[in-house]
Order: sequence, then structure tokens, then C-alpha cells
Amino acid sequence: MTSDRPAGAGDRRRLALITVVTVAVALLTLPLVGSSYLVSVATLALYLAYVGQAWNVMMGFAGQLSLGHSLYVGLGAYVAAGIFVHFGVGPWAGLWLAVAICSAVGAFIGLLAFRLRISGVQLSLLTVAFAELARIGFDHLDWFGGPGGLFLRVGDRNHIDLLGFRGPPAMYYYAMLALAAGALGVCALLLRRRPGYYWRAIREDEVAAQALGIDTFRWKMLAVVLSSAMTAIAGVFFAFYNNSLFPEQIFGFGRSIEIILGPVIGGLGTLFGPIVGAVALVLLGDGTTEILAKAGVDLPGARQVVHGLVLLLVTIYLPNGLWPPLARALGFQPRRL
Amino acid sequence: MPLLEVEEVSKAFRGLRAVAGASFSVEGQSITALIGPNGAGKTTLFNLVAGVYRPDRGDIRLRGRSIAGLPAHRVCAAGVGRTFQLVKPFAGLSVLDNAIVGALNGERTVSGARARAVAVLERLGLSGKAEVAASHLTLADRRRLEVARALATRPSLLLLDEMMAGLRPTEIDELVGVLRNVQREEGVTILLTEHVMRAVMALADQIVVLHHGEVIARGEPAAIVRNPAVLDCYLGEDATAGEPGA
Repeated sequence: MTSDRPAGAGDRRRLALITVVTVAVALLTLPLVGSSYLVSVATLALYLAYVGQAWNVMMGFAGQLSLGHSLYVGLGAYVAAGIFVHFGVGPWAGLWLAVAICSAVGAFIGLLAFRLRISGVQLSLLTVAFAELARIGFDHLDWFGGPGGLFLRVGDRNHIDLLGFRGPPAMYYYAMLALAAGALGVCALLLRRRPGYYWRAIREDEVAAQALGIDTFRWKMLAVVLSSAMTAIAGVFFAFYNNSLFPEQIFGFGRSIEIILGPVIGGLGTLFGPIVGAVALVLLGDGTTEILAKAGVDLPGARQVVHGLVLLLVTIYLPNGLWPPLARALGFQPRRL
Repeated sequence: MPLLEVEEVSKAFRGLRAVAGASFSVEGQSITALIGPNGAGKTTLFNLVAGVYRPDRGDIRLRGRSIAGLPAHRVCAAGVGRTFQLVKPFAGLSVLDNAIVGALNGERTVSGARARAVAVLERLGLSGKAEVAASHLTLADRRRLEVARALATRPSLLLLDEMMAGLRPTEIDELVGVLRNVQREEGVTILLTEHVMRAVMALADQIVVLHHGEVIARGEPAAIVRNPAVLDCYLGEDATAGEPGA
């Protein structure tokens, strides 16, 4: 009898469907109904969700900790911006070059680390070292503007130019939405296939993975290269959205931390963790500012303190991130990844 | 041709000889137990076959083809599955996903691997726990999962490393039954190292005795327990205690 089924299975599915539809409609109509402030905040959240997803491929899926992902954002941004400023090459061609160069750099770091059997803390220090190297190096590269920055010509903001990737904020919002959705789709697909199983096996126990016939070097390389290539795309977006690049601002260690906070807060190794985490971080950042302003608190650093406290509480009380409990509340089957 | 041939294999660690010119062979469709006192070189020999170490001298052949010195993943691809004494489950994954990872070695698609994994879990009596996280299993079930995962790779030779260590007598008897069944039904050849003599006597068709890195005796269990050299070096009173009904 159908009434003997576990209580609420149908209700849960309905709730999950309603959630999906509501979120999709809200995301698609946001620029039409929201203020320009809301659009810029939402673009930032989607950007963080996207780079978080890219980083999560390497750490969340394959268990290889990178603390230097700002390297790929920065390289991608500078490569595309450099050839645009100097040669007038558009962002779409620049995108391919950025992806190619970042993949090659990722492959080089992976080759170095995995052939020398560097893992764990040493691997993350190596990634930090390369990001710092780039930060200092770009300060001395005059072709890229050095410490004074590289500036991109800003076009007509009211005219949508898809080829030149110039247009109103809503265009950037939709581009970022497409990227974030695409990354989610790619990751969902990969997780169900051989790479997902092999990456998670390597993450859980590399020696056991080898004994089951997995060429762990090859699969770790794939994770690093894919992660760096995805992050490069975010860099190109950043260059044409921000229109100015400074080594300090883009390669800084803080930027790398900003990339990993989303997935860590949202749920490491989960598909929706990076997205939930990014939204939570942006809401927290801007929300704290608003609330403190309304409460009349005007202490320097108050925002950072509140920000830090909330992150601390989340990591203490929800070590698996925000997503697993949220998923259950919204009617999704919490899947073990 | 024997399925596995170990020929004059030696391995030393910083001058310490762990395995010294060991030779033996394993016939297909049989169960061979590798025994010996602590420090006899069982684990080293086992890891040489599994591709963890490269032998200093000698050769290891599977169906006549050398696998000596191949990396572990290629040894697996050649048809050798192994378990770990200190179990290494993919703790965060479900029991089924653990088995799927193994099954992907011989299957081209995930759905094919899933079917293989389900069959293997059934064989090991883990079907009821397929959706449980591997971290939630008891030690006895983790050992079964080790076998399931290795078996899922479709090995011709299954290496079992101290499966019985730390298990209760009833769990040992159950696992002995399961392993006999696995060998018969899957047509796999088993090489195991084991300290628990009651399991060795119940399972092995052939016993290879290792002492100071050398093979000092090999033969059927009944002959081994009466071999004076073996009794002298290692078995002692265990030999009689391990006999059924003693």
C-alpha cells in the first residue's frame, strides 16, 4: 500500500522541486527586478561560487589542497587583459590562451609535486609559493603594468557587445550565472563517472586506490589541470568586469583564502557547498555592514570581528558545512560524496 | 604453468635481508597460505608480489609474465587484487561506492561497475549494508569490504593479508566460510598470509613456510604440521592446537 511508504517521501520530493524552480526563477529574473546594488552583489556571489567550485574539484573531490588558487585567477586575468590592451585581441581569444597557460602552469605544479611525492601541507605551501612568486613577479613586469596596474578601456555600458564582452552589469551577471551553472553541471557529471569515483578514492586513501588499479598520478593531474583551467576562466571574467588589475590585489594570499572559504563553509566535496558557501559569505559580508550601520555601531574593525566570529561558529558547529543540514531542510536527499 | 611463480626473490632494507632467495609457486584455483614467525619476511614477500616494492633479485611471474617491479596499479591491472591488514576503506564513501571503485578496474562504464559491485557485495554478505558509510562498519565487516573491493577488480590472484587478525572466533569461522565460497564460485586463486592457524588449516591447499626470509618448507597442511623443521622454528605447540578436534 502506498500509505505504508516512509512518511513524507513524496512531500520531500515536491518540496525539493519547488525549491529548485523558485531558485531558478529568482536567479533568472534578478536583474529585471533587483536594484543595481543587488545585481553587483549577486554577481560577486556567483563569481565566488564558480571559483569555489573550481577549487573544490582539486581539494573537495581529489583531496589535493591548494592555497594558491589566486595564481590562476591572476594569470588568466593578466593574460587576457595583456593581449587585449597591447594587441586589441578580444576576450574570447584571450580566454583560450588564458586557459591554455593556466592549465600548463597547473600541470607543471602538479608534475613537480606529485612526481616528488609532495602532498598535504607541503603541497599547499608549494601552491602558496607559486602564487607569491607571481605576485612579486608581476610587480616587475612592465608589459603588464607592474605595480601601477593594468587598465582596460571601458566601452559603452548601455550597449551589449557580446564579442567584446562589454555591456551593462546585467550582462556580466548572466555570464557569471551561466559559468556557475555550467561548472555545477560539469562537476555533477564528472562525479557520477569514473573521474568522480577515482578522485574520491584518492582523497580517502591513495594507497588503497593504487591497489585497486588506479593510476593516482594521472588522476590527480587531471584534477589539478581541470581546476586551474576552470579558475582561469574566472580570471578572464574578472579582468573584463573589473577593468583594472594590480598584482597585489589579484595574487594576494587573501584572495586565495577568499576562494576556499565558500566551499569550506558550504561543504567541502559537495556539489552545492561552494554555491551555498559563496552566497552565505556575501550575505554575511554585506549583511554585517548593513546591520552594524543600522545599530549605530561605528567601531573600526567591527565588521571583520563579526565576520570572523560567524565563520568560527559555523566551522565549530557545522564541520561538514552549511549544505548538508540545509539540503535536508529543503527536501533534498543528502548524498554522500 | 602455475598461476604465480616466485623465483629466487630477494629484498633487503638498508642491508637487512628481509627476503632471501625465496621461491615457490601457486597453482590456479587453489588457496596457498604463507606462514612463518614474526619477522620471517611474509609481509615483505607479500608486498613484493603486490608491487609495493621492487625485488633486488629474482623474478615474479603471473601466468608466465613478469610483474616484478611494476607499480601497484599495474600489478592490479595485470590481475592481482589485494587486501590490507590495517584496513584501508574509503571511509567517507558508502560500502557500494567502495566496491564500485574496485569494479571500475575491469568495467568500462559506471553502470557495469555498479552491477559487478552489487554481485560482489552479495557474495561477501554485505548487501544489507551497501548504503552504509564504510566508516560505520565493524572490523569484521571492514575486512569483508577489503575482500569485496579487491574481488571487484576481477583478479585472477587474490592476496589476503592477515584477514583474521583481531577477529573473534565466530567471526573467523564465518569469514573462512565466505572465503572458501569466494574461491570456488569466483574461480579465483588465493594467496594469504595468516597467523591464525585454525584459519590456515581450514583454508589452505598448500602451505609455504618462511623463516629468516627463506622458504624452509612447502606442501600440504597435513605434511607441514608434521615437518620437524617447521615444528622446530615456529609452530611448536600451535601445530597440534590448530588441528581440528584437538
